[in-house]
Amino acid sequence: MNLTLKIWRQANAQTKGKLVTYQISDISPDMSFLEMLDVLNQQIILKGEDPVAFDNDCREGICGMCSLYINGRAHGAQSEATVCLLHMRSFKDGDTITIEPWRAKAFPVIKDLVVDRSAFDRIIQAGGFVSAKTGAPQDANALPVAKRNADLSMDAAACIGCGACVASCKNASAMLFTSAKISQLALLPQGQAERDRRALAMVKTMDDAGFGNCTNEGECEAECPKAIKMTNIARLFREYYRASIVSEEM
Amino acid sequence: MTVLDSKVPEGSLEAKWDKHKFDLKLVNPANKRKYSIIVVGTGLAGASAAASLAELGYKVQNFCFQDSPRRAHSIAAQGGINSAKNYPNDNDSIFRLFYDTIKGGDFRAREANVYRLAQVANNIIDQCVAQGVPFARDYGGLLDNRSFGGAQVSRTFYARGQTGQQLLLGAYSALSRQIGEGAVEMFNRREMLELAIIDGKARGIVCRNLVTGEIESYTADAVVLATGGYGNVFYLSTNAMNSNVTAAWRAAKRGAYFANPCFTQIHPTCIPISGDHQSKLTLMSESLRNDGRVWVPAKKGDTRPPAQIPENERDYYLERKYPSFGNLVPRDVASRNAKIVCDEGYGVGSTGQAVYLDFADAIKRMGKDVVAAKYGNLFDMYHHITDENPYEVPMKIYPAIHYTMGGLWVDYNLMSNIPGLFVLGEANFSDHGANRLGASALMQGLADGYFVIPYTIGGYFADAELANVTPDHKVLKGLEKEVTEKANKLLNIKGEKTVDDFHKQLGKIMWDKCGMARNAAGLKEAKEQIPKVRDEFWKNVKVPGNNGEFNQELEKAGRVADFLEFAEVMVIDALQREESCGGHFREEHQTEEGEAKRNDEEYAYVAAWEYKGVGEEPVLHKEPLTFENVKLTQRSYK
Ligand SMILES: Cc1cc2nc3c(=O)[nH]c(=O)nc-3n(C[C@H](O)[C@H](O)[C@H](O)COP(=O)(O)OP(=O)(O)OC[C@H]3O[C@@H](n4cnc5c(N)ncnc54)[C@H](O)[C@@H]3O)c2cc1C
Ligand code: SF4
Ligand code: FES
Repeated sequence: MNLTLKIWRQANAQTKGKLVTYQISDISPDMSFLEMLDVLNQQIILKGEDPVAFDNDCREGICGMCSLYINGRAHGAQSEATVCLLHMRSFKDGDTITIEPWRAKAFPVIKDLVVDRSAFDRIIQAGGFVSAKTGAPQDANALPVAKRNADLSMDAAACIGCGACVASCKNASAMLFTSAKISQLALLPQGQAERDRRALAMVKTMDDAGFGNCTNEGECEAECPKAIKMTNIARLFREYYRASIVSEEM
Repeated sequence: MTVLDSKVPEGSLEAKWDKHKFDLKLVNPANKRKYSIIVVGTGLAGASAAASLAELGYKVQNFCFQDSPRRAHSIAAQGGINSAKNYPNDNDSIFRLFYDTIKGGDFRAREANVYRLAQVANNIIDQCVAQGVPFARDYGGLLDNRSFGGAQVSRTFYARGQTGQQLLLGAYSALSRQIGEGAVEMFNRREMLELAIIDGKARGIVCRNLVTGEIESYTADAVVLATGGYGNVFYLSTNAMNSNVTAAWRAAKRGAYFANPCFTQIHPTCIPISGDHQSKLTLMSESLRNDGRVWVPAKKGDTRPPAQIPENERDYYLERKYPSFGNLVPRDVASRNAKIVCDEGYGVGSTGQAVYLDFADAIKRMGKDVVAAKYGNLFDMYHHITDENPYEVPMKIYPAIHYTMGGLWVDYNLMSNIPGLFVLGEANFSDHGANRLGASALMQGLADGYFVIPYTIGGYFADAELANVTPDHKVLKGLEKEVTEKANKLLNIKGEKTVDDFHKQLGKIMWDKCGMARNAAGLKEAKEQIPKVRDEFWKNVKVPGNNGEFNQELEKAGRVADFLEFAEVMVIDALQREESCGGHFREEHQTEEGEAKRNDEEYAYVAAWEYKGVGEEPVLHKEPLTFENVKLTQRSYK
């Protein structure tokens, strides 16, 4: 396959970036998208130029590191998969592919396609945990959890923190990400003691980081590689309002 | 050669850890605040250690090279974590978990460490549940278990096919809480490039800030490395792209002994290689062997589609050769048998380097929905990568490098031979001998971080005399200079081959000569070839860009430079060990049936190598292994 690539190049956070066009040939349909970029980078290096920076690590859809915006879609057009699982068989000979970084005020560009997502870590640090110190807690089976809740909790816990939800939202809202963690813990008995504090603190940190509001666009759910559902956002609102009332009463 | 002291406490196997904990001196709570600890790594081992140490009151600085601690490679573990809870009432016990693990490791691990691991494994499950880790549950709301290779009981806890992710997010949440409280200072996108030893003790590290390229020094009263395994020395492995040996190797170059580097694990069920462009290999969890059946056509070169090959023309070779363990034999045995059938010409797929892993019977027996609930995400991943639907056609699989049992040598306290340098998780050598059983690396990482280091590090502090050291100490300044010069040297070669070219070249040598099967002639060839590749690397590599900026090629170049030195020690270790054990299969040493043949008389020891300079023969130190509680037997899974 021969392809035209338009790739966002930006030296660092201070400079302005632009799309640069590259031609690439002899791409096999069995290659992954990132392997195609590897091939491009090898060529760029041998020409003595600066290769395209992009984040990736596991290349199997679980670490959440890869983060490319391809032809206007976070992680490309395939559903329920990260870009590292996208393969070139999804493209045709002669295609033009535009590759950009996640765009959001809270995710500043570090270089080219690499952005800073540390705002997500801060949201978790604010309350995305159960305060269970290492020690000798009760036996694991002393606390039965209804299978349905355990399964819903696991569905929410599958979030890989990639940020595609933010990148695909016109408000750059981090609601889906935040709600996934709030839901995981709200659905479990272990999460109850801190549920109010957690909801308030995480939402506040999210707002402070500069993420936008949720206006029910649904792009996040459509683009999430782990099929995190918007029902989690509904649960976040419930948790948040409940907590606001409870904390006023306190 | 010196004989290494493992500091295993006296007493019966069952009592050792309790007695040792009691004997360890304590640091009183007010004094803990005065001690600082550097933890490098945020995988299961590093994150659990950093969180637990901070909870105790120590001042912790934690480092990782990813953009967030949550992305450490532990996230990719799929199958599960062992513990002898005996919830299924199938006659499991701490002793049985200990026994299976030490036998699975082909009797090349330390009894006392393995027993402690089996003991604390129960606490791990309790701790993780308390954190809100959503393990799989049954309809009664209680925890579910599955079976894994090398055991005849169901002791593996799991969270769908994402167990590592869920356990890591549990540890990450505990770590995040400590970061939020200011008890842990977190440094993302930092790569440790040097270990500082001051007055004979590990006191600091030098890092490259991967965003700005700045070289930074950090100091503390102890350094804990939890930096993962070195499987990427083979270029293609199931490890994440950036996993590397750099932290451990630079510590080795400063005097830490590297133990059993040739003990590497080849995982039997990975997606086969599809072409030269391949950048990594993808594991299909061992849990799939619970319900999937491994087979090849009974006739050589049979190219019919699998569905058209009738039952009686298939060879379910694992079930045939190992009737009592069947598809659940340990990894080394399953891998070697896949290689044998493919080498003999029975392999399938376009390259002939694959065997089938078939779920047709399981789908018939349990229904597609049940299979999907157990393995859905793995099936989806397979489908994405290969474009074949495993619900309809059998998976094609082939062995790949997956885990490294070798690592920095540590004593019972998890301290290396350098005082104040502790090593946890896959980065140490301690618990898996020559072959790791499935679902036991997660167990070990969390055992080390949650339940061992918090006690043993106190014992070290209570006795150590530690002068005040700051980052402007001359040792650190000297190391900063070395690190900077090395980077500049790499950048100034301006050769004609890329870093990846060299990495692939090294990987091929290692896979061909020091991979699934090894022999003296091949290892000697590798020993000659590696220095040549290394010399060429330092003359002809092309690393673009500058040091003082975000530069991924420079990061890779440093890692490959270390692999090129480290690989030689691996080969020397493999040559030295004139026996087959676990994942180390020396073709010269096999039974008539082609199984690994150990030599307990001469090789029941840990081989710990002392670095002597690039290209110099390292010096071998031995730790004899004594077995008082298990009888050394020929492993049999028949
Ligand atoms: C695909 C796959 C599936 C697996 N499945 C299972 C399973 O089901 N059950 C099981 O028990 N085991 C499994 N394993 C093995 C297990 O996942 C690993 O052995 C274990 O997670 C390693 O944990 P760790 O904490 O030692 O290191 P890692 O998780 O590898 O973490 C290493 C950390 O060190 C940091 N680091 C490394 N070098 C540096 C440096 N120089 N400077 C700064 N930071 C550095 C990294 O950033 C990272 O944070 C699997 C492994 C793979 C590859
Ligand atoms: S909710 Fe989905 S898209 Fe958002 S960070 Fe999590 S996995 Fe990524
Ligand atoms: S590289 Fe890990 S999810 Fe894509």
